[in-house]
Amino acid sequence: MSRRVTCARILLLVLVATFGFGDELDFYLRSEPKTFNPILVADDSSETIRYLTGGVLIRINRQTQQIEPDLATSWKVSRDGKSITFTLRPGVKFSDGTAFTAEDVKYTMDRLMDPSTHSPTGDAFRSGQGTVRTIVLSRERLSVVFPAAVAGMERLFDQVPIMSATSPQREFAVLGPFFVAEHQSGAYVLLRRNPYFWKRDESGRQLPYLDAIRLEVQPNRDIEMLKFSRNEIQLITSMDADYFDRLSKAAPGKAVDAGPSLDSEQLWFNQVPGSPIEPYRLEWFQSHKFRRAISSAINRGDLCRVVYGGHAIPARGPISPANKYWFNTRLPVPQQNTAQALQLLREDGFQLKAGRLSDRHGHPVEFSIVTNAGNRMRERMATMIQADLKGIGISVNVVTLDFPSLIQRITETFNYEAALLGMTNMELDPNTQMNIWLSSSDEHQWNPRQKSPATPWEAEIDRLMRLQASTLNDARRKQMFDRVQEIVVEQAPFIYLVNKDTLVGVAPTLVGVTPVAARPQTYWNIERLSISRGRAKNGK
Amino acid sequence: MKPARVAATVVVVIIGLLCVAESLLPRFDYTAQDRLECSSRPTGKHWLGTDALGRDRFARLLHGTRVSLSMAPAAAAVSLCLAFLFGAVPGYVGGLSERAAKAMIDLMLAMPWLFLLLIARAALPLNTSPQMSVAVTFLMLGLLGWGVPARVLLAQSRRLRESEFLLLACATGVSRSRLLVRQVLPNLLPVMWTQFWIAIPMFVLAEANLSMLGLGVAEPIPSLGSLLKEIESAMATQSYACSFSALLVLVVFVGSVQIAFMRKEVG
Repeated sequence: MSRRVTCARILLLVLVATFGFGDELDFYLRSEPKTFNPILVADDSSETIRYLTGGVLIRINRQTQQIEPDLATSWKVSRDGKSITFTLRPGVKFSDGTAFTAEDVKYTMDRLMDPSTHSPTGDAFRSGQGTVRTIVLSRERLSVVFPAAVAGMERLFDQVPIMSATSPQREFAVLGPFFVAEHQSGAYVLLRRNPYFWKRDESGRQLPYLDAIRLEVQPNRDIEMLKFSRNEIQLITSMDADYFDRLSKAAPGKAVDAGPSLDSEQLWFNQVPGSPIEPYRLEWFQSHKFRRAISSAINRGDLCRVVYGGHAIPARGPISPANKYWFNTRLPVPQQNTAQALQLLREDGFQLKAGRLSDRHGHPVEFSIVTNAGNRMRERMATMIQADLKGIGISVNVVTLDFPSLIQRITETFNYEAALLGMTNMELDPNTQMNIWLSSSDEHQWNPRQKSPATPWEAEIDRLMRLQASTLNDARRKQMFDRVQEIVVEQAPFIYLVNKDTLVGVAPTLVGVTPVAARPQTYWNIERLSISRGRAKNGK
Repeated sequence: MKPARVAATVVVVIIGLLCVAESLLPRFDYTAQDRLECSSRPTGKHWLGTDALGRDRFARLLHGTRVSLSMAPAAAAVSLCLAFLFGAVPGYVGGLSERAAKAMIDLMLAMPWLFLLLIARAALPLNTSPQMSVAVTFLMLGLLGWGVPARVLLAQSRRLRESEFLLLACATGVSRSRLLVRQVLPNLLPVMWTQFWIAIPMFVLAEANLSMLGLGVAEPIPSLGSLLKEIESAMATQSYACSFSALLVLVVFVGSVQIAFMRKEVG
């Protein structure tokens, strides 16, 4: 009997060695995930966990940009664009074995649309005044009814992982390829394969191929690069340009430039009334002429060339040119123009005397830019902006803060003056940016959670965004969103700086990676990635 | 005097003179960004090359050294004053004040000073100017770094208090305050000098630690600490000219310690 058991164990070991069971993918998160609740996700690290663990009704294929059935086998949008009826995949189970039914979808949608939840994802579904209702038709059929027509409705469901209504594990019971098995705060998140994951490959083998994913929290990119060069991690999901250049020289096969990304880097000023900054500074920041002057004084071409080594393009507006359909080609290419900047400032009562700019009350113009410590690109951009603005007599203090402190300042205490951060776009459709543009949204960074729009142009953006979200004609939607982009450039609540290229690092041992521009660029097909064990040994 | 001590003194003096000379050489602007020559190798124009933003590395090294070597002694002086107050004086007075001072010094030494520095530095207003950030950073180092010299001074002044020559002076009717000024202080001076020179490289390194965490001297002002931070990116850019800052920190460290020993020997 014991000999049989021993033989079985040896056989199992051979199988594991041959077919790669037990494979673990390692890569780094840049910061601690702020939440594991998929409907509350607002930061990059939480988004990574959500993508790797969440099961959605409809998935957008990041490569083809087309929608594909996932937990829903089919769906139908009503003619008036106000409702969508899903037929769910039968026999699917959550990671804890709980059965997946239409009740779970209803539970998720109710939580998502509950105003008290403040879900950034839920904002994308708010097409008009009224509530979103989910009607369960049977165990495997349901309808979601919106108060107004929602354009591109199917695509929105790519961002909504379904949560279990009955599982005692709550949001930790998932339908995606992996589930959160361990989490040590500030150190790592370990994901293990979901034994109940429904997908199978062409040969009938259950996916995912990988057994586990270890996501260590590591804000230091130098350490990330070092570990990657030692093959201790297999992926770098985004890479700084200087590392990319070095890697492409040392190991061209490991460095991949997938072209301009959908992401942007931007600067914005705190315009929150009542925030703990001096009233006269708030007055500067609320002036669109001041903001446009700052925008004109910045040399974006130099930012792209010096900071990104040419692996970036000057940002023209909220949408990257990589988003070919929604990008507004009429937006001007931003050029540094200090004369124009000074003219705008003069029109606003500012005066340049002895190389120092002061406002109409005689206050010298000085402000701080906060950015996250450890992000060398942003630190360099901030230092270059500091030098550019010195040219128009503005003194800038660059302050680097650890990420949690920074997020707390820009989202809770509002104790900051200007912030330099990036915006990651998961999707091409502008509806997914509702959480940024609606003045009532938490993510409306320069002045969030407004009860009513503080300015006429914000009211106009609200109106256009809601209207396009309920218009079914794509050309009409494009016109409206083009106007939104023009208003944003005119008013400069965000001063867009650069659209950086998608630069990634992929170890040769990792099989199946096809980098794309849309996020997540490297692991969008995570269930089909595998580790080549033979090559791994050679690699190490 | 050992030749190593003399050499160390000469080297530190030369570095000091170079830093003073920096202000007399207008061609070296440590903030100017030559954006067409970023991360360049050493050339006739830029003797140590340029950093990632095209700033002259030699100019930044000179100014950074000047900042660190002018502020670190100031911080050391602050810390020494506090050490005298909380170490030497209670050690001389004795009794309850000595026991209280010992407890306070133990508490000070037990505290995680780096975290204290981090908390204090992060609590600064965001609009602290770069110049102010330099002053505040080193002032905090001075205010928090008096534990070790205070313990040394306390032990030394207690030894003096119990010495026979002081007992004799007391017996002849010399007042305690006169004894402190005329007898104790001169005898403590060599120890204080030694502590002063030891504190300088310690504070330079402490500032370097803060800079590595992004909480040291703010841009665009360089310091030896912020220049050391550049080494982080040396792996990426393969530009090892920035290693001069590390070399300079090492030279300053060794030089200061050698001078400290020299003062001890002379004392």
